[in-house]
Amino acid sequence: MTKYYTKEHEWVEVVGEVATVGISVHAAHELGDITFIELPATGKTVSQSEVLAGIESVKAASDVYAPLSGTVIEVNPDLESAPEIVNQSAEGEGWLCKLEPADLSELSALMDEAKYQEYLKGLS
Amino acid sequence: MTYCPNTPEEIREMLSVIGVETIEDLFAPIPKELRARSFDLPPGISEFELMDRARQLAQAGGSGIVPFIGGGLYDHLIPATVDHLGSRAEFATSYTPYQPECSQGTLQALYEYQSGICRLTGMEVSNASLYDGGTALAEGALMALRVTNRNAIVLDQSVNPLHREIVRGYLAGHEAQLVEIEAKGCEADLERLSSAISGETAAVLVQNPNFFGSVADFTALAERAHQQGALLVVSCYPISLGLVKSPGEMGADIAVGEGQSLGNPLSFGGPAFGLIAATKSLIRNLPGRIVGETIDRSGRRGYVLTLQAREQHIKRHKATSNICTNQSLCALRGMIFMTALGADGFRELAQLNYDKAEHAKKVLALIDGVTLENRAPTFNEFTLTLPTDAGSVVQRLLARGIAAGVPLGSYYPGRENSLVVTVTERRSREQIEKLAEGLQEAVCS
Repeated sequence: MTKYYTKEHEWVEVVGEVATVGISVHAAHELGDITFIELPATGKTVSQSEVLAGIESVKAASDVYAPLSGTVIEVNPDLESAPEIVNQSAEGEGWLCKLEPADLSELSALMDEAKYQEYLKGLS
Repeated sequence: MTYCPNTPEEIREMLSVIGVETIEDLFAPIPKELRARSFDLPPGISEFELMDRARQLAQAGGSGIVPFIGGGLYDHLIPATVDHLGSRAEFATSYTPYQPECSQGTLQALYEYQSGICRLTGMEVSNASLYDGGTALAEGALMALRVTNRNAIVLDQSVNPLHREIVRGYLAGHEAQLVEIEAKGCEADLERLSSAISGETAAVLVQNPNFFGSVADFTALAERAHQQGALLVVSCYPISLGLVKSPGEMGADIAVGEGQSLGNPLSFGGPAFGLIAATKSLIRNLPGRIVGETIDRSGRRGYVLTLQAREQHIKRHKATSNICTNQSLCALRGMIFMTALGADGFRELAQLNYDKAEHAKKVLALIDGVTLENRAPTFNEFTLTLPTDAGSVVQRLLARGIAAGVPLGSYYPGRENSLVVTVTERRSREQIEKLAEGLQEAVCS
């Protein structure tokens, strides 16, 4: 199982026909305490790099971009009442939604974990 | 604050720092033709002459004329506490309470205001106020468009015409379709409003009591809207809520209203404040400022502006509204007014309005040629049909020191003989008799 990352700090993990999407541990840490997550409606179709969700923290409000094109098939039901799960487990329990990917070749535009870690070093 | 003009000495000092000789030199870079030729100000006068002049101006505002005019702004009592507390410098000169560490007083006052508005309207959350009733209604419509992701608004034509004008103005910049439903005489046409709701409708906008004074129960309309996935926005008249079913009790999703009747003077038509309240699930789409209660590091209670991601200083392109402000001082007066009256006092005040208006209704409808148009119950405002043009009747009664009401002709073409009369708790039996006499004379002659 491989996670891929975007430059905007989203991650995506594809298993069969399902791509699970979230924000990276680094992003969750940068945002600070997350207070609200605006999730997309199921059935919504997005293109890669389009706005997929919104995250509000005590510090800021930011957009989450789609790492892949596809259709939203599920959103994380626990986040409405407990958005802090993303702070506790950004790359596990704190996943945002699941997509049915439209074109898996889009993964080639993303970074694997090692590359993403390199990328983060370049940012600090 | 005392106004201290600059002394010639100070002016000279400032000019020398800048490095010029005269005021004329200071403005030299601005071409003569672009400068103000005259500010058209009269010469200075003494404090006492000024007070006399202010008194004359106050007289010119129609004082001495007995008002039976409502139409959205009402002549109500204002307890002395409201002026006294509302004019304290801590409130009157306070700045935007963005820094809770130095604005606890203002923040708590606004928090109490929000609580009062919630209790009054039967809603769960309120913001810290908007500009006025009309903009609050328009913001309610925009809120519904955002929440439902739909683009049609159904608007009842018995809603205040000025407020409808503002809604039209606000929606002009949006790709929203506005469907206006004609009233049935003086009542909202509930059947047509219901059947106008479709899967495209974001919200239905109604007013209670409506512009003609009629009171309705919109509970069934709320249910119908909800079945279609639409919202119900009810514009309410705060004082009436002492008697009339509240928007919350009817199942409204958003309640809006003009707050002037809560402790704010008519003062030539403003300023006052707009109220907006909603169900809790809509709070992230509520425009403007919201004050919340929290605790500090030591567990002590404190107040802060909250959920600010809705506002444009956080993310302009996604802000719920371009309003980042509120009518703090007017809303504060509203809060003091509600507190001074209390729940029982509020009910009593509403009852007094109702009783006096009912008495006036009876007396006026006895006049030959004058008929009552409202089929539904009314609160403190009702519509009469006169045998002649209502505008000219109003003009004739003004000469007798009575402002008889709002003629409908300019708002509702074809209803030139209709007059909306308002009777608040401030109108006495004698004044109502005077109105009846004047009206009798005006329509019989």
